[in-house]
Amino acid sequence: MTGGSTPGSMEPLRLALSRYLPSQDILIQPEELRPFESDGLTAYRQVPGLVVLPETEQQVQAILRTCHEFNVPVVARGHGTGLSGGALPHGQGVLLSLARLNSILFLDPLARTARVQPGVRNLAISDAAAASGLYYAPDPSSQIACSIGGNVAENSGGVHCLKYGLTVHNVLRVRMVTLEGEILELGSEALDSPGYDLLALVTGSEGLLGVVTEVTVRLLPRPVTARAILAAFDDVEKAGAAVARIIAQGIIPAGLEMMDGPAIRAAEAFVKAGYPVTAEALLICESDGTPEEVESEMGRLRALLDDSGALETRLSVNEAERLKFWAGRKAAFPAVGRLAPDYYCIDGTIPRRSLGQVLKRIYALSHEYGQEVCNVFHAGDGNLHPLILFDASKPGELEQTEAFAARILELCVEVGGTITGEHGVGVEKIDQMCVQFGVNELHAFHGIKSVFDPSGLLNPGKAIPLLHRCAELGRMHVHHNHVPHPELPRF
Amino acid sequence: MEHVLAEMQEKIRHAHAVGMSLRIVGGESKAFWVCPDAQEILTVSGYSGIVDYEPSELVVTVRAGTRLAELEALLSENGQMLPFEPPHFGPHATLGGTLACGLSGPRRFAVGSARDFVLGVRILDGLGNDLSFGGRVIKNVAGFDVSRLMVGSLGSLGLMTEASLKVLPKPVCEITLEWPLSESEAIGLTNRWAGMPLPVSATSFEGGRLRVRLSGSEAGVMSAASKLGGDKVDSGEEWWRSLREQTAPWFHTGKPLWRLSVNSCSPPLGLSGSVLVEWGGALRWVASDHLPAQLYKTAQDHGGHAQLFRGGDTAHPKGSPLPPVLRKINRKIKQQFDPKSIFNPGIPSWL
Repeated sequence: MTGGSTPGSMEPLRLALSRYLPSQDILIQPEELRPFESDGLTAYRQVPGLVVLPETEQQVQAILRTCHEFNVPVVARGHGTGLSGGALPHGQGVLLSLARLNSILFLDPLARTARVQPGVRNLAISDAAAASGLYYAPDPSSQIACSIGGNVAENSGGVHCLKYGLTVHNVLRVRMVTLEGEILELGSEALDSPGYDLLALVTGSEGLLGVVTEVTVRLLPRPVTARAILAAFDDVEKAGAAVARIIAQGIIPAGLEMMDGPAIRAAEAFVKAGYPVTAEALLICESDGTPEEVESEMGRLRALLDDSGALETRLSVNEAERLKFWAGRKAAFPAVGRLAPDYYCIDGTIPRRSLGQVLKRIYALSHEYGQEVCNVFHAGDGNLHPLILFDASKPGELEQTEAFAARILELCVEVGGTITGEHGVGVEKIDQMCVQFGVNELHAFHGIKSVFDPSGLLNPGKAIPLLHRCAELGRMHVHHNHVPHPELPRF
Repeated sequence: MEHVLAEMQEKIRHAHAVGMSLRIVGGESKAFWVCPDAQEILTVSGYSGIVDYEPSELVVTVRAGTRLAELEALLSENGQMLPFEPPHFGPHATLGGTLACGLSGPRRFAVGSARDFVLGVRILDGLGNDLSFGGRVIKNVAGFDVSRLMVGSLGSLGLMTEASLKVLPKPVCEITLEWPLSESEAIGLTNRWAGMPLPVSATSFEGGRLRVRLSGSEAGVMSAASKLGGDKVDSGEEWWRSLREQTAPWFHTGKPLWRLSVNSCSPPLGLSGSVLVEWGGALRWVASDHLPAQLYKTAQDHGGHAQLFRGGDTAHPKGSPLPPVLRKINRKIKQQFDPKSIFNPGIPSWL
């Protein structure tokens, strides 16, 4: 997985790029390339052929045109926090870092929009908007570090997306450069635009269609107040039923998170959030808005949770306590990380009604594989993050963990869910795409890819599997019970 | 129902084989706006019914020929709604037609548009292939977002046969307030309010009168109402319905009706004729005899676009042209899904 280019093979390209970039912004020495070998999914590593660090859109355009001319693959990268290997470099390709395009170009408090460059950190937008009483709503857990360009590529979510939506709901316009160097403006200052909804198509396209150079996001008024309620249960199914009741009663909490017993105990041992360690499930439910709205919602929530068999419910009495309730959930990943040398995070989404069934089957698989699993769950939107514990230094354990993870993802598809709720397909889940989609759908995806990138040089090998890869895996999915394109050979 | 689907699929395969054009028809409620001329009609209204609905999932899966009124009645029985408040423009409106047109009503301002609530679609493409994209869950980033691409594509990429939508609870309490104001005061005020944590769910301005709808919990709505002042409008619900359905007297001037979608902060556009402002300033309806080119330019100057909505040539509705680079991509997308251009010839106007 580390190979990389043969010495000197990137030299002609470096020379061509040096017409547009100062030499210090083109990295080619092995020691300079090494830091870019993986994104947040460190199980996959690949040293890129070379790295470019442009500072302007014109440079991005020139780089892409040059790569097109040289027929060299390009992988765009924001701040490298992605969890599916979407920014894993190509050994004979260019890694295009957008980190230096990091200016907030314009913030319009009256129109509630911010126009920013792709390397701006997610949280930096909210920080800049704070003085106007506004914020940018999608808040992936990596928000202090992740870039808005990466958020657009992955259609990132966060803990508040049941109420406030994903990236696709909060972006008004994107400027991007195609591999051939054309600049596209998708969306506008208005709420809709003529033409097919290419803005939606590009959001979440994992860097396969173009390179984002500017993003206009929608800002929302900061809620006046927020309170959280903690509810402990002796059974995950009871907690799942409580979630269903909350939603059925017409409440859309700002956040609705669940942790199972192993995750509760790991988090409590790590951050001492005051979680009840004997519980088998914990719900954290947040309400935000005006004080009147929050009071009224909290009262209803507490009654519903008590009525759903909660062992204990606790309302945050002040901001410090609200943050303490969240501290355990937000530290769940590192807390689980203390239990074993490695853990593997999964990102399936399921219909909420299948939660009990899915968790039980995950526990059964955990027994079968002899590996422990902790479950944290964006319960409001059905996004499950099982964390499988393993030790990568033991031969075969990573492979076994990947097989276990694949079984969980296939289970998500089986109950009507999906293989990725917010982390993206990247390289990690490319084989499960063959389970999620049939040949005709994959064919349509390749068709869309060819519209934007006919030469297929942008982020090759990610997000959309080649048809023969699925056929080789024997995971070809027969859709609606008939075989599409029976005339096509399978090889 | 599967035989209805098979019949539609057969019709498309035949049309593809012989190069015959098809006009996709739901309830014909929007034929005043989009009415392509084709060799044959492909009716979807027979493919109807709710496929799956579990209120606690906040997701409903519906066949495209289902009447919008039927779907909304079912959601309402369960205290839920289609959040984007789509216009019906007639009793026979179908969900498929609603999504293909991509129209959203007054609440779009606060919660998002039709495309924002689409989670998955099943379509028959121009070869008759039965394709499914997205899913029935709220968060899903597997594959390109073809579901949202279909919304507003006016049936030009494929026949939508089924869609899954996110729904939301109906607000417990709604009230409407009004103020006598000038257009520019109303635009300024609604933009300022939109930046404050207030439960504003719709706005309208016409004839020197700003109306604002507040939606949410009773406590939240009452507290906001006391902050904002204004006069309470008793027939509020009726007003927003007449705005959504364009039955309000304002819409019947006899002049062509243009829809200008612009930056919400744009000042009054300075066009002659009568103006109705929605979506906190982001949507301007203009009833006037201006030449299209002038409306396109005005909309562009204010960060948006213009479409002819009523009056004029419905077979080829007019709208702001796309920049050449985007037009090229739009045409290639059409080519991918409907290579022989059998669906709804002549539309969309941007191709």
